[in-house]
Amino acid sequence: MASNDSDARQRHWEKTRNLNTIVLILWAIFAIIIPYFASALNAFTFLGFPLGFYMCVQGSLIAFLVLIWGQNWRQDQIDDEFGLGD
Amino acid sequence: MTTTTQEGRRGRFLDNLGKVYALYTLGFVVFFFLMALLESMGASAQVIGIGFLLFTIAIYAVIGWLSRTAEVDAYYVAGREVPALYNGMATAADWMSGASFVAMAGGVYFGGYPYLGYIIGWTGGYVLVNSLLAPYLRKFGCYTVPDFVGTRYGGNTARLCAVIILVVASFTYVTAQINATGTIAAQTLGVPFEVGVWLGLIGIFICSMLGGMRGVTWTQVAQYIVLIIAYLVPIIWMSNRQDFGIIPHFSYGEALNRIAELEAQYGLNPAAQPIPGVSVLTTPMNAPEGKGWAMVSLAICMMAGTASLPHILMRYFTTPSVRSARRSVAWSLFFIFLLYFSAPALATLTKLQLLDPTLATSVIGKAFADVSNLEWVKHWSSVGMLAVQDQNGDGIVQLNEFFMRPDIVVLATPEIAGLPYVISGLVAAGGLAAAMSTADGLLLAIANALSHDLYYKMIDPQADTRRRLTVARILLLFIGVAAALIASLQLTGILGAVAWAFDFACSGLFFPLVLGVWWKRANAPGAIAGMIGGFVAGSLYLYLVFNKIIDPWMGIDDIRFGIIGMPVSLICMVVVSLATREPSKEIQEMVDEVRVPSGRTILAAGH
Repeated sequence: MASNDSDARQRHWEKTRNLNTIVLILWAIFAIIIPYFASALNAFTFLGFPLGFYMCVQGSLIAFLVLIWGQNWRQDQIDDEFGLGD
Repeated sequence: MTTTTQEGRRGRFLDNLGKVYALYTLGFVVFFFLMALLESMGASAQVIGIGFLLFTIAIYAVIGWLSRTAEVDAYYVAGREVPALYNGMATAADWMSGASFVAMAGGVYFGGYPYLGYIIGWTGGYVLVNSLLAPYLRKFGCYTVPDFVGTRYGGNTARLCAVIILVVASFTYVTAQINATGTIAAQTLGVPFEVGVWLGLIGIFICSMLGGMRGVTWTQVAQYIVLIIAYLVPIIWMSNRQDFGIIPHFSYGEALNRIAELEAQYGLNPAAQPIPGVSVLTTPMNAPEGKGWAMVSLAICMMAGTASLPHILMRYFTTPSVRSARRSVAWSLFFIFLLYFSAPALATLTKLQLLDPTLATSVIGKAFADVSNLEWVKHWSSVGMLAVQDQNGDGIVQLNEFFMRPDIVVLATPEIAGLPYVISGLVAAGGLAAAMSTADGLLLAIANALSHDLYYKMIDPQADTRRRLTVARILLLFIGVAAALIASLQLTGILGAVAWAFDFACSGLFFPLVLGVWWKRANAPGAIAGMIGGFVAGSLYLYLVFNKIIDPWMGIDDIRFGIIGMPVSLICMVVVSLATREPSKEIQEMVDEVRVPSGRTILAAGH
């Protein structure tokens, strides 16, 4: 029982860590890479905005919101799968 | 007997939060229309401004009084009973300071693309808070951030290092907030700045002294409602009046292109004779070419700083569960987003109104005599925040002859657009709410760290509840007074000091906090080395660059010194951790326990 329990915890943490890695990669894309290349993105137009500017003032912000809500939704699933939710 | 009735009343309050705050919002809207009515009956601008400030502060005071408490759990973590949605609002108010409310749109107006680093940084940081820290710190069950450092790494040295960094970062930040409170109070009430500072401080104490974290939580929710109404109403009103669209946020792309044309037409030249304290527009609105690093380096410091500033992290200690802590991070970012995606719209539309000769509100290219007779130009010139000087003597206002202090863009926009004064009163109340709520959170973070970690954990562990709370309140008083004294010296602009706070926090605390959860091998000597190394390296760099002893290296100037501090902190922490013994079995098991949401907290209530 005890070993089962610690096994479940280990797999829970593995899944949590993998989810976090994905979230942080996406975060780096929207928070660092896209703003860095705003100049190149400005060649495109989106909703009448230069795309680079749009990403810095709205696009990335919306992406952050989706990332957090998405991660929490998935993390709740992981917690429930192993019966470790609170 | 008293406790049961008090608990009963609190239970009813928590069950009816929606109703209570809906009623409050309605009351505020009714008050707004009452003021509008007074204005149409001929009340002066000053009367309306005073009305707004006194009414809102009176409400905060009532909430502060009703939330008074004598329990440690309520004082430090609001009894851990704040629902996710409301904690999200409270965090948003805690987070959005005078700088976000008053200075951000002005910064975008004058600073252009590199400045957008603040917008990305102050929202993207929440992804780090949510994924790396908030749920785990909630599971830990600590009262303060140094409480986590002290327990995770063990020993008073680590705890003390965390306390010192917390105090330096938060104190830098709080002086800027008290400064902003004083500026707004002074302008609206027509009193000297020094008097405004002390009046603002009294308002801050009313919210935080009696109820601690509980009082601050419920006033911050009220302050969020005021500040978001005060930010959005003028933008939407102005936009409809000037035909920029019903909700301008999604349709101001055209305005950007028009501004780029006008900037090219007028030319962005420095002023012939600069005027101290005010500036002319020299940076194009949307020109990111070659400035990617300037923008991203700023954003990185602000994001890591967000994830290490104790007054934000401690808000997530107040939720009932780990899951609700995560959920409240999501709500926090949503409520912050509402303001942050409006600020660039406000900056763009205000700029267009001033620049575009086809709009009635424009000043550039108009006759000098007409412009200097405009009501709002006279008003802001008289307080030295605006200047129009015909420096080339052609009788026409050129773009480089129109001087403005960046901070006033938000405050002056309603007047520029010709909105009634009641809107300006509303904006003043919103700015005050933003600055006060952040100052509350910061003062409490400092006072709690000193009273809980320094006094109770290190100096007098035998102290009883009464004594602990008395010490906490006395410290709050002293720190508030010290911050107000420094604020009245007016050392830096609102934004300079705010950015420094983030850099201090991320230099010293980011890696010790994150690795405390994510790297089991991290030990006390490593954490101490990381905190001292990062903090000292960052501060030293700030000192050298700020005093012009060295030139900024790779464009890393005084508002970006976290870029220097963080890597030093990481390297020190990893190297020293690996060179010393791994943490004890108990500590490693504690880290395992923190990583699962279920089960008891590590630290018991009342610890």
